[in-house]
Amino acid sequence: MHTHLLLEMAADAAPDRVIVGARDGGMTMGALLDASRRAAVWLASRAGSTVTYVGLNGPSFAVAIFGASMAGRPFTPLNYRLPDANLRKLLERSAPTTAICDAELMERLSGVEGVELVSVENFARIHADKAEPPVIDTPDQDVAIVLFTSGTTSEPKAAILRHTNLTSYVLSTIEFLGADEDDAALVSVPPYHIAGISAVLTSVYSGRRMVQLPGFTPEAWVELVAAEKITHAMVVPTMLGRVLDVLEKTGQTLPGLRALSYGGGRMPVAVVERAMRLLPHVDFVNAYGLTETSSTISILDPQSHRDALSHADPAVRRRLSSVGRPLPTLELEIRDEAGNPVETGCVGEVWVRGDQISGEYSSGKVIRDDGWFPTKDAGWLDHEGYLFVEGRLDDVIVRGGENISPSEVEDILRRHTGVLDVAVLGLPDDDWGERIVAAVVTDALVADDELRALVRSNLRSSRVPEQFFYYPSLPYNDTGKLLRTALKSQILGDLEQPRNDKKIALNAAG
Amino acid sequence: MNLAAGTKLASAVCSAQGIIIRPPSESGVLTCGGEPVTAPGAGGGAAQLSAPVDAPALIGKRYVDETVGLEVLCIKGGKGAFAFEGRPLTLKEAKPLPASD
Repeated sequence: MHTHLLLEMAADAAPDRVIVGARDGGMTMGALLDASRRAAVWLASRAGSTVTYVGLNGPSFAVAIFGASMAGRPFTPLNYRLPDANLRKLLERSAPTTAICDAELMERLSGVEGVELVSVENFARIHADKAEPPVIDTPDQDVAIVLFTSGTTSEPKAAILRHTNLTSYVLSTIEFLGADEDDAALVSVPPYHIAGISAVLTSVYSGRRMVQLPGFTPEAWVELVAAEKITHAMVVPTMLGRVLDVLEKTGQTLPGLRALSYGGGRMPVAVVERAMRLLPHVDFVNAYGLTETSSTISILDPQSHRDALSHADPAVRRRLSSVGRPLPTLELEIRDEAGNPVETGCVGEVWVRGDQISGEYSSGKVIRDDGWFPTKDAGWLDHEGYLFVEGRLDDVIVRGGENISPSEVEDILRRHTGVLDVAVLGLPDDDWGERIVAAVVTDALVADDELRALVRSNLRSSRVPEQFFYYPSLPYNDTGKLLRTALKSQILGDLEQPRNDKKIALNAAG
Repeated sequence: MNLAAGTKLASAVCSAQGIIIRPPSESGVLTCGGEPVTAPGAGGGAAQLSAPVDAPALIGKRYVDETVGLEVLCIKGGKGAFAFEGRPLTLKEAKPLPASD
């Protein structure tokens, strides 16, 4: 089943419902279908056997997804913020391709072999034509999306999502046209993020109008929520904190907002608690998933949020830092290095199985023959089946044979009122294999001993960081993923050239 | 007709259309409104639905036969209902999740 069938069904049943853009004057489902059909005819006439999209979010992004599906062209959105050299390399890897790109990128990306560039404006002209669109026969093509992973540690890998992976995710989680006519979702995740793609598919199938915010600023986000009567939104962790800052400053309460989901990285519990107190009428959803799993595989639902916030039992309260329970359509297990299931409560690797799981890259399959996919995320399940994700397996610190997940120590350090941001890392150590260090952003002078005492009073002494490094900020990529490798190199560099004065200066300046 | 995953099919007696989400584990005849389904556009519209059914095929609903694991997504509604080897397919209860993206 191709992804564009989702649109054909929705347009058949609700052709006049506005699906993209403003409540007045936005694009209807029928118009989106027609535009996608015109786009498909054009894309099928080009030499490119794939379609790439290098630009901001906009109606043409939705048209490109469905048009490419109809034309049987795998679709690849690229991160327009990457340096030119990297973008050109990714275009080369997608060639021969028809590349739809923002006007200002045209010149910078020209001349890559096998790449035909078309500006978003010209693509929009092609699909906005008034002529009755012909329906083309979709050739056999089961690859829907090729997404380059963020590549925070190495060359980006090309994850392959098949039509069956994506449609199975949509069919099993979304009720067809289940949204109310006045529902509207604000999409602020970029097109090259899996959540940006699934937002298009699930919005269309549920009949929920999408309002796209091309470039995120917290002020613009808050303004658009009010202006467009937004009822649903999804944000990555860094966005939420900044949105809350704006709300606190302006006193706005977003009365129309009903549901806010977050994901795409680890959310500090303090931020969730703050959000729930500032927006008590809003249903919060924590969604955990990977590109390779076609988006969400586990959800902490609104009721679990409310139960956890003020519960007497610390085990229940703790669930606010979990990603909730796996989707009922999936199987999920925690396994040890040998691939055997671990006992409840023990940390291991998160494995998952289900129709929506691709687990496949252009370089080969990681998914096993029996359908199980090792996510490379470290995590554990509590007795009620709540999943706690502790970060990437590679980030787990092995000190003296003991596995220590950075997030466990980071969560404790964040409780210090002077700590604004923190990352805990392992550095090579001759005696222990690895030793624990912490990179900290503070807003006041904080003594190492204070932080050590805080960790020691909450965790085993083996978890206490040996050294603290103070920085004005930590490095993140633009979807809010901490760049641990870059941070580690920075710390190793600072260790080689000790500059004690820097620490004091930064603290004083903070 | 062949009921491989992804196959589109149409009722011979009404406007209903479906797509196979999960193929049956054993071969058999899929019907809608009592007549075997055909490929869409195969021009099977001559037959008539004999009597109205209680639960006609609704667009966006999934219908299953637990015995053979067959699952059909209705992509166009109609007056007839799907059945496999004479057994009416049952509605698969979707459990919509809170919006997460």
